Amino acid sequence: MSQNNTFTLDGKTVPFTDGQTIIQAAMAAGVYIPHLCFNPEFKPHGSCKLCTVKANGRQTSSCTQHPLPDMRVESDTPEINDERRALLQMLFVEGNHFCPSCEKSGNCQLQATAYELKMMSPHFDQFFPDRPLDASHPEYLLDYNRCILCSLCVRASIDVDGKNVFALSGRGIKSHLIVNAKSGRLADTDFSGDDKAAHVCPVGVILKKRVGFATPIGQRTFDEQPISATPHPTVKGA
Amino acid sequence: MNTETKKLRVATTSLAGCFGCHMSFLDIDERLLDLLQRVEFDRSPLTDIKHCGPCDIGIVEGGLCNAENVHVLREFRANCKILIAIGACAINGGLPAQRNHLALATILEEVYHAQHGLVAGFIPNDPELPLPLDKVHPIHEVVKVDYFIPGCPPSADAIWKVLTDLLSGREPELGHGLIHYD
Amino acid sequence: MVSQINTHAGYLDTILDRRQHNAHNLLQILIEAQEHYGYIHPDALDYLSEHLQLPRARIEGVAGFYSFLHLRPAGVYRVLFSDNIIDRMAGSLDLMAGMCSQLWVEPGKVSEDGQLCISTTSCTGMCDQGPAMLVNNLAINRLDASRVNAICELIREQVPVTAWPVSFFSIEDNIRRRDILLESHFISGSALNALIQRGTQQTLQEIKTSRLRGRGGAGFSTGAKWELCRAATGDQHYVVCNADEGEPGTFKDRVLLNNFADMVFEGMTLCARIVGAAKGFLYLRGEYRYLLDHLQAVLQHRRQLNLLGEAILGLDDFNFDIEIHLGAGAYICGEESALIESMEGKRGTPRNRPPFPVTNGYLDQPTVVNNVETFAAASLIGLRGGDWYAQIGTDTSSGTKILSVSGDCERPGLYEYPFGVSVCQVLSDCGAQDTQAVQISGPSGMCIAPDEFSRRIAFDDIPTAGAFMVFNRSRDMFEVARNFVHFFAHESCGFCTPCRVGTSLLSNMMDKLSHGHGSPYDFAEIEKLNVLLQSTSHCGLGHSACNPVLDTIARFRPAYEKRLAHKEFVPAFDLDHALSQARQMTGRDDTGAHLERSDV
Repeated sequence: MSQNNTFTLDGKTVPFTDGQTIIQAAMAAGVYIPHLCFNPEFKPHGSCKLCTVKANGRQTSSCTQHPLPDMRVESDTPEINDERRALLQMLFVEGNHFCPSCEKSGNCQLQATAYELKMMSPHFDQFFPDRPLDASHPEYLLDYNRCILCSLCVRASIDVDGKNVFALSGRGIKSHLIVNAKSGRLADTDFSGDDKAAHVCPVGVILKKRVGFATPIGQRTFDEQPISATPHPTVKGA
Repeated sequence: MNTETKKLRVATTSLAGCFGCHMSFLDIDERLLDLLQRVEFDRSPLTDIKHCGPCDIGIVEGGLCNAENVHVLREFRANCKILIAIGACAINGGLPAQRNHLALATILEEVYHAQHGLVAGFIPNDPELPLPLDKVHPIHEVVKVDYFIPGCPPSADAIWKVLTDLLSGREPELGHGLIHYD
Repeated sequence: MVSQINTHAGYLDTILDRRQHNAHNLLQILIEAQEHYGYIHPDALDYLSEHLQLPRARIEGVAGFYSFLHLRPAGVYRVLFSDNIIDRMAGSLDLMAGMCSQLWVEPGKVSEDGQLCISTTSCTGMCDQGPAMLVNNLAINRLDASRVNAICELIREQVPVTAWPVSFFSIEDNIRRRDILLESHFISGSALNALIQRGTQQTLQEIKTSRLRGRGGAGFSTGAKWELCRAATGDQHYVVCNADEGEPGTFKDRVLLNNFADMVFEGMTLCARIVGAAKGFLYLRGEYRYLLDHLQAVLQHRRQLNLLGEAILGLDDFNFDIEIHLGAGAYICGEESALIESMEGKRGTPRNRPPFPVTNGYLDQPTVVNNVETFAAASLIGLRGGDWYAQIGTDTSSGTKILSVSGDCERPGLYEYPFGVSVCQVLSDCGAQDTQAVQISGPSGMCIAPDEFSRRIAFDDIPTAGAFMVFNRSRDMFEVARNFVHFFAHESCGFCTPCRVGTSLLSNMMDKLSHGHGSPYDFAEIEKLNVLLQSTSHCGLGHSACNPVLDTIARFRPAYEKRLAHKEFVPAFDLDHALSQARQMTGRDDTGAHLERSDV
């Protein structure tokens, strides 16, 4: 390719290599673009839409969009951040995100991204869905109330662990995470704490038991610095 | 020259909350004295005024779990130029809203009839008691809310920041460390 | 441990054998398993998991995606009322309520004896002869009180659906205006013979010369698509006919497949020759399940004529056959990449694009996906040449377009016109009077008012996939939009945040207005949501979910304004009603046991 493999991101020149997406190139250049379903260790998914940017004036997911030379990408603008905040608010009202009782609080990417984008309220009316909790597994807990359907656990289980512990079922607003067992219980799957899938949940669905408060609230990853300044995705205690 | 400006009138209340946000408010400590130079309190647990009159700022802690909560919230909205939701319960229902996946009838049945140790229990029906709503709601679902201070409770610094921003005519803004949902 | 004998093995083995134990046929296997057993039993999932070597959760995830598949008992009689606004205008809601009360069931709930479930489904493609329903996936149209009473009686007496009066299942074609396509007397093989005489390259040239554009709505150049696919490298090339006609108000593909299937299959075969495909699929929406036997018979006939199979028309290197895949109640599968996912036996989630199907389609191979009408038109072009076709229609839009006309008009049905026909011409031909609005190309298309009726059906004016729904002045355009918004919420695949949550929020907001809780605040909220859905959604469904609202706000604003009953924000729910459970439990009815409306 030509020498000019750069694009501008909010006016800053960012180099990219062949095959990189906008968000990958931005991360390599140390520029934060909000995201939830994207994790650099996995194939892009493009579902949460938090990483939406304007590329040459057109809105697109920066985790799936490849940059073109001299492309003009806008990310940190009031307009786009307003949209991202609205998407976060959708995720918050869709599930039951009760941070004060959540072990993941302070290490949660949904929460930290909402702090980053200064989300002061859920804005919309709460759905208050009735979702289950699965404590069957001796080592791990599944709290479906907090699932944002990013499918990182699904992808990790298939792509890294060579298992199929998790999958999505249902459609539309009834989409939900399921586990690979007739009983529907995690204990009846081949899930293990050593699985990659046990450690990729950006929110508080997949939780290791009995260590939830080993790091006190107030001293956690995103208590110390905002997610925009926190290398991805090493989260304390994960 | 008289530089003394008129004090802003502030009302506060706790609906379906635990007064934790109010306790955190008191944690502004000696800054309370500064605040009192600039505001005076209308209805509030601090004054024991029973109904709020016209106010500049109303601060509401807690969500809506019963009819009385709705009456109080409406009184605040009607009388306060600026309404602030403070804390997780006011903002998303919080802890009281954890009952929302259960039918109210089931809850009342369990609490007053079925629970172990109850003998001939009955569901209280005294007209003095406010009736519970079938679900707990954040306050913005029932009235328009102008500002939100999240947290369970929000820190004294966060509350102080929002109030001083407002008193100075600035758009309130909380930076890293001050926005918290837990 | 000796594994227990799975009682589902018998019928599942038959189905698995028929489907070559191929995991890509998973959706077809699930559909057939349900047709046999009534629903997909947990043990059946286990058995399929073992024999297809697919994780159980993945099979469950696929089954959970499609509306017509059930993982729990769903009734011996599964009655689904078509819930398009046109069915509603014809009285579907009253008929459904009447049926529910006659048979003592709640909508959407399986009766206690496990016999019956009555619910609604998205438009079944019978708007010209509604109200319509599906009973165990078979279409019954022209419902009225007496027909519904008769159906109730049959259900009460537990008469199997196969023994119901044949007349119930008759479906009209209602072809009202014929042009080059609908008046053609196509002779099997004629277009292929012309291709052989003319040569493959020249035939592709004819398609390009014809300026044929895709009839599914997007209007991509057919010649260019075929050329791209032909040029793409891959182990196999595929040809797919998209007969997942799910856009509410559209039913022309149903009539084409009923009368012109031969021509459609020939168009696919033509395409196969050009792009070098040996395998084709017709993806038939589940609502048109009743056409399956007929279509199989047409395919069989074509095999006998050596127009399908090995060495077609004696050419050693011309091998092509067509398999029919059924859908199972998922509008999103009309989107070409979701359709391909579905054909691969997966959840119908649209893919990230690029790459496009022409290079990375079915099984990641170069694939042409075209609409039913496109393939039929391609046959005509193959037969009569590109120049002949190109001179019909307009500069941007050659040829003819078949419209599915329904709603407030005397003669609903199919109307084929050369492109460029004006909306008022269509309205006049179908006998529409006092028309207030026309929804063109379905909920994802556009809604126009009388001052625009001189506009024309063409890609550069009003493009359409075919739906043409007419509303007279007695209709409430707000309710039309609300019906469409609910449709999108029901059909959202759930993949991306804005569409999954946003379409539900939009439905809730429209319901709020409908229930009399609206204020200018909500109106502003709806407009904000519209912008968000359009700019951030993953695919066309999310982008267009707001169209009905935007169009009706722009053109029929009074219908919204009269819903804004309140000057100030009021809650979406009725506060007094929210106390009713507590009143019931306490027996109270004093003043304190009620909450008045806020601003009345």
